[in-house]
Amino acid sequence: MTLLAAPAVLVIVALVVIPVGWLAAQSIYDNGFTLEHYRRIFTEEVYWRSFALTFRIALMVTVLTLLLGYPVAYAAAHAKRPWNVLILACVMLPFWTSVLVRAYAWLVLLQRTGVANQLLERFGLITEPLAMVHNELGTVIATVHILLPFMVLPLYSTMQKIPRELMLAGASLGGGPLYSFLRIFLPLSLPGVVAGLTLVFVLTLGFYITPELLGGGRTVMISMVVSRNVELYAQWGAASAVGVVLLTCVLAIFAAVGRIIPLDKMLGQK
Amino acid sequence: MKTSLLPRLAFGLVVGLVLIYLMLPVLIIVPMSFSSTRFLTFPPPALSLRWYAEYFGNPNWMQGTRMSLMLGVLTVLIATPLGTAAAYAISNAQNRLMRSLHMVLMLPLIVPIIIVAIGIFFVYAKLDLIQTLTGLVLANVMLGLPYVITSVVAGLQSFDKTQEMVARSLGMNRLRAFLTVTLPQIKASVFAGAVFAFISAIDETIIALFVSGGQYQTLTKRMFTALRDEIDPTIASISTLLTVASFLLVLLAMSGQKKDT
Repeated sequence: MTLLAAPAVLVIVALVVIPVGWLAAQSIYDNGFTLEHYRRIFTEEVYWRSFALTFRIALMVTVLTLLLGYPVAYAAAHAKRPWNVLILACVMLPFWTSVLVRAYAWLVLLQRTGVANQLLERFGLITEPLAMVHNELGTVIATVHILLPFMVLPLYSTMQKIPRELMLAGASLGGGPLYSFLRIFLPLSLPGVVAGLTLVFVLTLGFYITPELLGGGRTVMISMVVSRNVELYAQWGAASAVGVVLLTCVLAIFAAVGRIIPLDKMLGQK
Repeated sequence: MKTSLLPRLAFGLVVGLVLIYLMLPVLIIVPMSFSSTRFLTFPPPALSLRWYAEYFGNPNWMQGTRMSLMLGVLTVLIATPLGTAAAYAISNAQNRLMRSLHMVLMLPLIVPIIIVAIGIFFVYAKLDLIQTLTGLVLANVMLGLPYVITSVVAGLQSFDKTQEMVARSLGMNRLRAFLTVTLPQIKASVFAGAVFAFISAIDETIIALFVSGGQYQTLTKRMFTALRDEIDPTIASISTLLTVASFLLVLLAMSGQKKDT
């Protein structure tokens, strides 16, 4: 029985486990065992700044997706037909649109002569075009857009399973809508919140295409440090070490959250 | 439950604004692709098919498109049977080994792709697989497997296993029982998994950046390199086509999936 899974497992081992193992080996072996690459990561400022920036952006993106995603998921779980279908369609259509296409669209929308600046100027909100692209702001706007569905979908599937009767019971016992929401609905939706937060945070840590295109070379996230060390500087040991540290962070977060929510439930969203 | 009008209006407004934010890129990219100028102002001064002509007339874009389509088809042809077999094993054997194997099979969704990409780059360099179709297909099979497995596992959960037992007790062997009894009933889930693997292969960029090159450049790799230098309006037309294509494919996959349950 287990043998049926063998070919698939073989592919994953050959193309994930072995390559990542290769990196790990390369990060500590450079004509002999060395911890030099790790020493550099933890002492040189360039690396530190990039890690700090990446975690800061990940935190911002996670908070923003929760704030924007929670009401949308709530509306999708409670609206009547056809509204709930419309809301889910608005979440799913961008979800299945190429990441590259969306990064490009934001590049066009947010550039100096772009639609966003034109509109703001027309309404007299600004006199000078704002720099919304080729910086951290552009990266965050596009990243939040790309990851918002990863927040909405787990929230939606959790909220859908919360029995309506509980809220009615809360109301009949004299709780106001806000009170019932805070004491009944919010706590019951927490598993979805945790799943969404984890997915979005971890995915942002490894984001590459969006910061590369919208960051304008100044917003250097960890993944870009990895690729530059390979492509530009041929610093393979350094690239591998940075990759191993990033992977360790990601796995640690999944392992920690996996104790509360089963991983396959968290990943079954897409 | 009764809530007063004002909070409901405010709530509706917030949800509406977020939905507009979600749809904005799609809403903007389509009219842009029909613009007559290379300056991406909105609304476009005049409509034209100039950027579509540019795309279909450019041998580089065409080569990239052919490459991506071929890659997508080959990926699906390999990932679908492998993923379906693995999903069958997962949902039938609920022992500990199988559960940890399930986790291993989900690794492509957990490990950041950039790390997998450079790892594969180093391994391929040793095996002479860089800039080969084989190398690209294998990498995309790896990325597509979790989609097929997740979709088929979900399909098998709603399938009544006793039917297969009955077929086997009547003398069919396991394979025939699966092919004639189980597979027809979960075929929509298998199909949906295949579609998602196809879309993921068409969309994949990061691994292609490191291991594809020369005559084997994918469409998204060409798009990415073009975008790093300047905002080329041709990409608006390609983006529109890609968006319409994935929209139709997902619709197809979902209409099938509904029939399964």
